Amino acid sequence: MATSPNTSTTPHGAAKAQDGASSHMEGGEAHATLGGYVTGFLLSVVMTAIPFWLVMARPIEDGAITATLVVAFAIGQIFVHMIYFLHMDSKSEGGWTIMALIFTAVLVIICISGSLWVMYHLNQNMMPMGDMPMEHDGAMGGMSGHTDNPVNQIAPFGSVEEN
Amino acid sequence: MSSATNTATTPPEAFFALEEHEHAAGSSTMLGFWFYLMSDCLIFAVLFATYGVLAGNYAAGPRPEDIFELHLVAVNTGLLLFSSITYGFAMIAMQARRKALVLLWLGVTGLLGACFLGIELYEFGVMIAEGATPQRSGFLSSFFTLVGTHGLHVAFGLVWLATLMIQIGSRGLIDANRRRVMCLSMFWHFLDVVWIGVFTFVYLIRMI
Amino acid sequence: MLSNIDITQLIFGRLTLQSIPYYDPILVATFLVVAIAGAGLVAAITYYRWWGTLWNDWFTSVDHKKIGIMYIVLAIVMLLRGFADAILMRTQQALAFNGSEGFLPAHHYDQVFTAHGVIMIFFVAMPLITGIMNFVIPLQIGARDVAFPFLNNFSFWMTAGGAVIIMLSLFVGEFARTGWLAFPPLSSAEYSPGVGVDYYLWGLQIAGVGTLLSGVNLLVTIIKMRAPGMSLMRMPIFIWTALCTNVLIVASFPVLTAVLTLLTLDRYVGTHFFTNDMGGNSMMYFNLIWIWGHPEVYILILPAFGVFSEVTSTFCGKRLFGYTSMVYATVVITILSYLVWLHHFFTMGNGASVNSFFAITTMIISIPTGAKIFNWLFTMYEGRIRFELPMMWTVAFIVTFVIGGMTGVLLAVPPVDFVFHNSLFLVAHFHNVIIGGVLFGMFAAINYWFPKAFGFRLDAFWGKVSFWFWVVGFYVAFMPLYVLGLMGVTRRLREFDDPSLQIWFLVAAGGALLVAVGIGAMLMQFYVSIRDRKYLRDVTGDPWDGRTLEWATSSPPPHYNFAFTPIVRDIDAYTDMKRNNFRRPMEGYKPIHMPRNTGAGIVLAGLSTVCGFALVWYIWWLAAVSFLGLIGYAIWHTFNYDRDYYIPAGEVAASEQAFASKLAGRF
Repeated sequence: MATSPNTSTTPHGAAKAQDGASSHMEGGEAHATLGGYVTGFLLSVVMTAIPFWLVMARPIEDGAITATLVVAFAIGQIFVHMIYFLHMDSKSEGGWTIMALIFTAVLVIICISGSLWVMYHLNQNMMPMGDMPMEHDGAMGGMSGHTDNPVNQIAPFGSVEEN
Repeated sequence: MSSATNTATTPPEAFFALEEHEHAAGSSTMLGFWFYLMSDCLIFAVLFATYGVLAGNYAAGPRPEDIFELHLVAVNTGLLLFSSITYGFAMIAMQARRKALVLLWLGVTGLLGACFLGIELYEFGVMIAEGATPQRSGFLSSFFTLVGTHGLHVAFGLVWLATLMIQIGSRGLIDANRRRVMCLSMFWHFLDVVWIGVFTFVYLIRMI
Repeated sequence: MLSNIDITQLIFGRLTLQSIPYYDPILVATFLVVAIAGAGLVAAITYYRWWGTLWNDWFTSVDHKKIGIMYIVLAIVMLLRGFADAILMRTQQALAFNGSEGFLPAHHYDQVFTAHGVIMIFFVAMPLITGIMNFVIPLQIGARDVAFPFLNNFSFWMTAGGAVIIMLSLFVGEFARTGWLAFPPLSSAEYSPGVGVDYYLWGLQIAGVGTLLSGVNLLVTIIKMRAPGMSLMRMPIFIWTALCTNVLIVASFPVLTAVLTLLTLDRYVGTHFFTNDMGGNSMMYFNLIWIWGHPEVYILILPAFGVFSEVTSTFCGKRLFGYTSMVYATVVITILSYLVWLHHFFTMGNGASVNSFFAITTMIISIPTGAKIFNWLFTMYEGRIRFELPMMWTVAFIVTFVIGGMTGVLLAVPPVDFVFHNSLFLVAHFHNVIIGGVLFGMFAAINYWFPKAFGFRLDAFWGKVSFWFWVVGFYVAFMPLYVLGLMGVTRRLREFDDPSLQIWFLVAAGGALLVAVGIGAMLMQFYVSIRDRKYLRDVTGDPWDGRTLEWATSSPPPHYNFAFTPIVRDIDAYTDMKRNNFRRPMEGYKPIHMPRNTGAGIVLAGLSTVCGFALVWYIWWLAAVSFLGLIGYAIWHTFNYDRDYYIPAGEVAASEQAFASKLAGRF
């Protein structure tokens, strides 16, 4: 990994850390800077505190807005960690680290959203109650936890012995 | 040599690197470890997907609002965040080749990690005492497995950290050890990224 | 009395004398054969004093070439076991008509078809491709070894450890009776209470660690260790396919690990992931395991595509047609393979929108595959084709794989799949692509690279005998299954009511016998080749007029592969060197930095295997001891910093001189 991209934006005297990093190791050593870590840390603290506050104090009544904000902050914080702590940039290891990361991110999204879509759609389609239309194009499943519909809790081929 | 009869032979240096530019030992370690972390990421993806699918299956058992204690989660999140920056301090000390300082910050990171694990185990203990065991429902099975897998990773990181501190203590900041510190750094920060997913999707979203 | 029982349980878990199936004549006979053969092998090794060589030069070796060969030996041994299962099944199905129940009781038959699938995929096909990749990749990219040589040794032994666990189930206890993917709820503790599924789980987990690590290893090797000048678009196609395969391994085996862990938790801890009650959802298992399972199909076939590309180009004496399109086709297949998994369970009950999406992606994936077929055909067009064995396997592959591919596209249509799902049509389809694609490809590879590995060719006569029996046998064995599938016969049945079906099963059994002759001829080919190695010797290191770097060094290559790192200027690097009358540098050798052999891999994998066995049988103390031993030994191993050495320049010079004088003696 090469120089972290934030060196120019650090107000906290990064110079001291820089000179010790005479890397003679191939494959690249991250040139971490104090300023980078502190910036990342402060941003993370803010981006962690706000979602906890949003949920614990509920300043916004609307659940959907709160959830959207919480998820947005999570995504933002993931980026902060990637940049300031994991020193992701497009140059390290000839771009292979970032490429691997993007590829993995795509697969993670395929895997999670695909599973939710498939399983949600299955639950809709195989509903044993029978009064649902057969073809029900589900929106993305999302975290299916909000529904308290008992039907949702039944495995497709399962017996209805719970509850 | 082989085709000596031909007149127009190409000199060896056209096809062979006569001067070795040797790959330094361990020059591939960081990339290899990164790929391993990416594969680990997919393990978590499966666990998140499972949690996403089973999270509503309470089987008439406890629900998130019955068992989640957001204050504890907030404290734990803070601990992990602090451990991230203390690990960062260790990295910076390592760049300055200050062995004692590296050991100090690694030690602090380890302590924070241990506190995190302690609180998590306490949280699990309380839930289990209340009857919210992994066997109670699909929701709880997926909850305990996802959060527990993250915890196991942290525990493994602590064992690694302790081993590494002994190795740095006895051998100093040699290249091999510095490489290990950097690998563990990636591991530790990676776990923090996973934790962002955990506190957001496992805890916060479910408590709205 | 009671305390006695408790102590036995404490020591042996649920392992009792009754667990050993001494009452089953088939198993006892198998055991005797294996025991006698094993004893004979041990006696021979002792008699010829090979133990030292085996341990020092092979088991503890970190040399990628030797590890590759060990993978292939493992695969061939397991092929014999897997094929024995196949013969049992074919015979059973051919006999079980007109009220006869055949000769296999149900609980045994179910284990046989499960073991057949598990072994053929995980312990034949996977070690074959990993072995070939291990052997070829560093040579073809001009490197001295893989990126992490110790890890490579460890990966091999983990795969072997998994194979040991699976083989143990034959004689101690039982194997799973669930089919090769162990779908719940059948595989749950409720419906499969025995040790069978546990053997399956731990065997696959242990082997899976090996596969994953070897994937990371080869991936980094390809990315970091290519010879100077070998840019991405100058990599041989085999390296491209290997790159994509290893990407798939690293990105899909974790999914298998995770989903098997969840099933393990269901069975051992009593969680409710895939149960019928308490909020479990067994269909989630289908969904997750096929997220691994479909990429797995491409993990197997891509390296075979690479082999065919190399072979076609070499034996037609032409540059591969459409190199760039081949690369893009491979990459597109890699990515698309993550978007098709649901086609394995169209009938699960999803609606039309989901099924259509996955049907369309499945059909799209046949486009790049078809492009590849045309590339091979156009390479052959106007080429001077030499019909050596590797080329013969390639031609057989093209014909067979096209048939298999077309039946695959048929199955991709959901309404058709509703008819064919779980039928023998499906069984015929995937054997058609796996035998016709993966296995033929690996046979081509073995015939192609054997002279590189050992310095002599494989015998052509027995090779051709094996080829014809395999190819004809394959068609005779599997075409009837298409017919049966079309008539609605489902897979995994043990007996039949309709006597009109019997003739097809008899033909299929005949085909299996032909394949058996093919396997026998293959073993004979190895034996005859080793016996006649003086006549089959190749001293040039380049028996086929090869085009890529592995042929630029001696056969077998020295430890360090290349005394001087080659410089690449063209896709067909070695052809380029030969065209320009290259000379090998004969002086100025430098000491070469190499990794040291180590027994740590075999120890770690051995401890894992013991731990797996203990967990299968609930021998908790042994599991704990071996697990702690595993962790402790791994930590202790990290304290060993002295892992490499230098081959002195004089030694390099001596072995290069020897090669040069051999070459000179020939011309």
